[in-house]
Amino acid sequence: MAIVYQKTKGLTDAELHYCPGCTHGIVHKLVGETLEELDVLGKAVGVAPVGCAVFAYDYFNCDMQEAAHGRAPAVATGIKRVLPQHVVFTYQGDGDLAAIGIAEAVHSAMRGEKITVIFVNNAIYGMTGGQMAPTTLVGQKATTAPLGRDPGHYGSPIRMSEMLATIDGAAYIERVMVTTPASVMKAKRSIKKAFELQIAGLGFTMIEVLSTCPTNWGLTPVESLEWVKENMLPVFPLGVYRDVTKEEA
Amino acid sequence: MAGYVRFREDLCKGCELCVYVCPPRIIYLDRDYTNRKGYHPVRIDEMEKCTGCAHCARMCPDSVITVERE
Repeated sequence: MAIVYQKTKGLTDAELHYCPGCTHGIVHKLVGETLEELDVLGKAVGVAPVGCAVFAYDYFNCDMQEAAHGRAPAVATGIKRVLPQHVVFTYQGDGDLAAIGIAEAVHSAMRGEKITVIFVNNAIYGMTGGQMAPTTLVGQKATTAPLGRDPGHYGSPIRMSEMLATIDGAAYIERVMVTTPASVMKAKRSIKKAFELQIAGLGFTMIEVLSTCPTNWGLTPVESLEWVKENMLPVFPLGVYRDVTKEEA
Repeated sequence: MAGYVRFREDLCKGCELCVYVCPPRIIYLDRDYTNRKGYHPVRIDEMEKCTGCAHCARMCPDSVITVERE
């Protein structure tokens, strides 16, 4: 018998605090596996967000730094510029990256900072109890939009991947999901490519991962996976939005 | 191809994502047992039906599952 799957060395032995079935855990594993496979755990520095993933600094088995809310790309900029040989990534949710931290994300991309941003989009504020996020879908209920998001009043969801893909400093932007074993493996290949392009020094890379929030969506974990496919995919289509390696070829 | 799955059952939160993706449908929630976290963990009785595809392990958010294959 040969082991075909076991916990990655890219994660510590700490038990994740996430709600049952939250796909944050899957995304953590993919980042950890990628760092392990690229053999960069010894020179990787992660920047943790504010939000559900705030304890990410306890979970990744590499150097970690906590940032103020939304400021992870700014902190990562400083780390990468001081330690250019290191592999620097941020791990951010949609409230962190697309709301309070949108300026840092956009300007890091504009400056072409050689960092990798893992953007976990679950269309709601999780940790604070299910408030409406910039990525909340039209009609989706949240504690601050109890009748559902009304586009006339609150606007429509923001698409970060499409937006950042218009910026010249961005080297690789892709949106993936983690709702099936096949899409999980696809997401891992994408995350690996983003890290490889960062190491190659090509510029800003971001992988947006469509994620779930069973607790605040009021669904079971399995129902949440279906909800992503039925409701989030039409608004947030998967795909590569920017790839400088393709443009050069 | 025969597979063998081990669960670190005290880490299991009973989210059932592994149950949902298991092709031979042999994983189930053990409602007669409660683990250290207070959840019903998953279990497999018919291990001989396991193919070792590791779908369960890839979907497990809490790295509960180790998969071996012959």
